[in-house]
Amino acid sequence: MIARIVSPRVFRGLLPAFSLTVILIAIFYLQPRAMSYFGLNLLLNLALPIAFATLAQMCVITVNDLDLGIGAYVGFVACVSATWLNDQPAIGLLILAGCIVAYGALGALIHLRNLPSIVVTLGMSFFWLGLALLVLPTPGGKAPDWVRAIMTFKTPGVPMTIYAASAVALLVHFGLKRSAYGVVLRGVGGNPRSVERAGWSVLRAKVTMYALAGFFGVMSGISLIGLTTAADANIALRYTLLSIAGVILGGGEFVGGRISPIGAVLGAMTLTLAGSFLSFMRISPDWQIGAQGGILIVVLALRAIINRTEARQSR
Amino acid sequence: MIADRLNTLFAKPWIWAFLGAGLVWLATIAFTRGQGAGEILSAALSFATFSAIIGIGQMYVITLGPGNIDLSIPATMTFAGAVSMKIIDTQDSMVVPGLVIALTCGAAGFFNYGLIRVLRIPPIIATLSSSFLVQSSAIAYGRGLKIKPPPILADFTTAKILGVPLLALCVIGLAAVMSVVLHRTVYGKSVIAIGQNPRAAQLTGINVEFTRFATYVLSAVLAGLCGYVLSGFSGGASLNMGADYLLASIAVVVIGGTSVAGGFANLPGIWGAALFMFLLVTMLNTFGLTAGVRLILTGVIIVCVITLAGGRKT
Repeated sequence: MIARIVSPRVFRGLLPAFSLTVILIAIFYLQPRAMSYFGLNLLLNLALPIAFATLAQMCVITVNDLDLGIGAYVGFVACVSATWLNDQPAIGLLILAGCIVAYGALGALIHLRNLPSIVVTLGMSFFWLGLALLVLPTPGGKAPDWVRAIMTFKTPGVPMTIYAASAVALLVHFGLKRSAYGVVLRGVGGNPRSVERAGWSVLRAKVTMYALAGFFGVMSGISLIGLTTAADANIALRYTLLSIAGVILGGGEFVGGRISPIGAVLGAMTLTLAGSFLSFMRISPDWQIGAQGGILIVVLALRAIINRTEARQSR
Repeated sequence: MIADRLNTLFAKPWIWAFLGAGLVWLATIAFTRGQGAGEILSAALSFATFSAIIGIGQMYVITLGPGNIDLSIPATMTFAGAVSMKIIDTQDSMVVPGLVIALTCGAAGFFNYGLIRVLRIPPIIATLSSSFLVQSSAIAYGRGLKIKPPPILADFTTAKILGVPLLALCVIGLAAVMSVVLHRTVYGKSVIAIGQNPRAAQLTGINVEFTRFATYVLSAVLAGLCGYVLSGFSGGASLNMGADYLLASIAVVVIGGTSVAGGFANLPGIWGAALFMFLLVTMLNTFGLTAGVRLILTGVIIVCVITLAGGRKT
């Protein structure tokens, strides 16, 4: 019984929650005042857009691809949200729907021509950045009031971010990990040929996952603009690397369709908190991305140790 | 006879990159009515040099097979540039030690390979994590200052012989040497063999792990070299100098006709693709487009080129 509870599998599953807890405890220890509604709200303020971007990246990673254009894409969505969505909501929504279709089409293109996703999405990052500059040549714009109202809504107990992030994580968890079609979608990352042989369309699965990525990207951009109130074409460029780090931190693996939506959201929160942790430690912001890299390496090292223990046990 | 020659020429995977570069150049000078045709070519050679240096390293890494890629190149470049310029401190006498230090920054390659091997993680994640650390070190070390290069290095990197940049000639030489290394040495052939079938390569007695290790170090050393000469060329090391080179390093390899699936590499294509990338930006600038349109067109053209190149059997 005890052996089952402390099995490497369970450890691996708990690793994302564990890293988040460690960093939260460290922050509360350094700054006890952070342990309040207001403190948590400030700490996790920007976690929601990062969590959405991480989920978008996770969708692409599920089918063994990588999206290096998600940051620029979220930036473009933010620019559209701060201009069209505010001035002419109908046109704004149309543009955003078009974005999701474009992402699906990108998935189809990558699959049909068997292209390296890294290069295609890196090229697309220029495309989105250019579009964003056309929409909003200089920083500015205004967030629609309803977006602002949702993002600053005061929920009882804990801040809105925590409710929203939990809800989204559970929703995606059930969609991808517990539904029948979710298994097919992940199967495309595991063994596309057998999925194809079993009569499922790999093309359809890839388009679905890319379109989902596009959808989460839209959510990320809109939630970001609700927090910052104004937009800038470069506002989310760093999300590209953050989202990849978040997925990996959350227990996602790069091949084989092994992903964890709940872990990804936890990973995104851990990375968001890493920045605050550094400032509480009075470490210069120069080391911010370095610390994120460090956390990534430590977590990956822990996972490697767990995997090795597992391999030894099964022998 | 001539048709046969042409056919063999067009069968070379690298020819398309040069054709593309030529077409873009013609379009540009058609727009300017022939004005500045030579200057554009000369500038293209100068700027393409830097993408070509890191492209060579990236090509070796990509040739190792699916999943192998080095995302830490921009960070290593920045770090090598910042450290070497700060230590040289604009003294001409320190140029050679500075170069050695920049090349030593290729130690980042040890770290990359160590992560891949010890943590058993995919190279993308390993090089990404280490690039976070290296970039941070560069930021903390350089403190946002632009450190000027020593005059002798600045002169060397901007020198021209009959309008042809000296540095470009050196790097064409480097590409030729690396081409020989790839196709004529045990190491180079091992890289190609591993890319085609790692298991078969292992069984024939090739030391797969050592070859991978050497390749990641090679890529990092070339990134260090690029950071060093780029600092000399652009009047100093700055903290965002590597930013544009992530796309460049991967794009020149793929557009140049090297197989992304690994196992097939070609070096001439890297120069063709590097020239194409620079001439493309020059053309869009010459047409007087705004930054937004320029970026959109760059993105669209890259995706189109990849789509066309990806469908071709190499």
